[in-house]
Amino acid sequence: MDTFLGRYKNLIVLAAILFAQIIGLAVQVRRPSQVGETRLIRLWAISAVTPIESAVVHAQKWAQHLWTNYVYFRGIRRENRELRAQVEQMKIDSARLNEDARMARRVQSLLEFKEQYVESTMAAQVIGTSGSEQSRVLYIDKGAKDGVKTDMAVITPNGIVGKIVQVFPSSAQVLPINDQFSGVGAVLKDTRLQGILKGSQSGATTLQYIMSDEKVEPGEEVLTSGGDRVFPKGLPVGKVATVEPGKDLFLNIRVVPAARLDQVEEVLVITKITEKMPDAKDLAPIRAADILAERLPTVPTKPGTDAGSAKPSDANSSSASAHSASTGNTPAPTGIPSAGRPTAGTTTVPGVKPSVGTAPGSTPGTTAAGTTGAAKPSTAAGAKPLSTATVPAAAAKPKTVTPTVSAPTNDTTSGATDAQAPAGNNPATPAEKKAQPPAETAPGTSPGQPAKPATTEPPQP
Amino acid sequence: MSSRVMPYRGSLVSREQVAVYEFSWPALILIPLVALLVQIFIPVRVRYFPIIDLPFMVTIFFAVARRNPISGCLTGCVIGLMQDLFAGPNHPLGMYGIALTIIGYVASSLGVKIDTENPGSRFLITYVFFVLHQGIYYGVAHGLLRQAQEWSWSHVAISALANAIIGLLVFAFLDRFKEH
Repeated sequence: MDTFLGRYKNLIVLAAILFAQIIGLAVQVRRPSQVGETRLIRLWAISAVTPIESAVVHAQKWAQHLWTNYVYFRGIRRENRELRAQVEQMKIDSARLNEDARMARRVQSLLEFKEQYVESTMAAQVIGTSGSEQSRVLYIDKGAKDGVKTDMAVITPNGIVGKIVQVFPSSAQVLPINDQFSGVGAVLKDTRLQGILKGSQSGATTLQYIMSDEKVEPGEEVLTSGGDRVFPKGLPVGKVATVEPGKDLFLNIRVVPAARLDQVEEVLVITKITEKMPDAKDLAPIRAADILAERLPTVPTKPGTDAGSAKPSDANSSSASAHSASTGNTPAPTGIPSAGRPTAGTTTVPGVKPSVGTAPGSTPGTTAAGTTGAAKPSTAAGAKPLSTATVPAAAAKPKTVTPTVSAPTNDTTSGATDAQAPAGNNPATPAEKKAQPPAETAPGTSPGQPAKPATTEPPQP
Repeated sequence: MSSRVMPYRGSLVSREQVAVYEFSWPALILIPLVALLVQIFIPVRVRYFPIIDLPFMVTIFFAVARRNPISGCLTGCVIGLMQDLFAGPNHPLGMYGIALTIIGYVASSLGVKIDTENPGSRFLITYVFFVLHQGIYYGVAHGLLRQAQEWSWSHVAISALANAIIGLLVFAFLDRFKEH
């Protein structure tokens, strides 16, 4: 026996070690109740390594920060100029999109449609990976102490990254969407086809369970569907790269993730998602002035300008400014022809038709303020004052119909019900005007009926 | 400074005796730890780094240098299990452990028979063992655990080539820790 053991000692040791590990594997695999829990040895190992990783990452970050913020300024002025131009452009885009979003929310509220809102997020730093090709998990430097819990969504500004699968005291493990064990509910943005986005061992992501008779084009955006109860609906996932017929009845759609999963460094952990109705404040009456105040850039008033010494033509504008200031709105810029740009308090009286050039000495854009500012909303033509008018334009009473409620042109001021019209009736490019849906026509005008110009009748006192 | 000479028992090398190296305890502990740390940290910055497997290289290095199958498989087992710890919740402990245990055993057994000092044999050993390592991992994942695994010969071949090239540099660096 001794001879046998001595002769095959090496092999026996090898077999014993392998046997022990296989038994260990079997024990792990046959314990479904343990799924989701963290083994103590894993916890110890990760807790021991996390501080080192975290220190290395933060030291590197600090050095990089020092270099980029205090030393390396090459091209920063040019970049600043470019960014300023970009910001200006984005402001314009933002105003338009805000209006679209408002309209969508109004429609949603009418349909009693609940939305998911990302209420709070937490920034985290990626400090490590699994280090192997077979697993693509990431480690972040926020853990249970910071309020991180399993199944929280992890995103970047570009798109989703993954979800938290294990939480340790000061770190957490993220399962990215390209891991072979990952699955995300996704929807194609244009066709609204729903599927499941799955990762693979090679790191490629595919959208599965979309029938092969559906038409999907490469380049189409993929968003989260919210069906997985992890990611809120509508977050960007990626873009369709290729579409091929797959096995069975489904298409094989390869998706390029929007977030760069192979080089992700900072992420946001969504710590709270709320489900609620669209914001009620959007359902409150909206005045055209409010919309326009958001849309148009403001011009700072010149120092030393005295309202009392202003010319008659300026008096209107200054009164308008004063009025709008009292209502908390941005005053209409005096230096800009305010055609079609009503200010607060100037558009409350239906039937009063402010028009161009009716106020002596007034500029076209400032007439409404001067001529209608004194009119009491409650007494004007029996129509509701603008401040109480409901926003959905189609719901407005026909009583408020006046010739002046039409969509403003560049040379006209808005009438009373102009305020009820969506902001699409504001000074906009012809293309924008054309794009307005029929429901956004001014009250009193039937969807198909073209609006009359505002300058056809003189104003009524 | 413990070095001994093992009697030559094979016919693949021209030498009659093969040197057996030993390492200090700090080196034995710290080298695998550093390799593991680098392995899990570098991919955050370097995209394709995961195809390089530093713990695997360290296992081979210790195995062929010490030329003791028992210590070889024990070293592989420990390093592999440590690698398993960081591989995610869907990766049971023991998958890399089994693969590296076998690699450690075979490498140390082979180290007794062939000269593992010259770069050519090191390149070849690393290349072949990497393919073997991937095969064992695939077998464990697919055969024992019924996990859906993809096997791509081209990918394995390229990864093995990359590991063999990097392995030459790593082995040259680790040679400094050998004690004669």
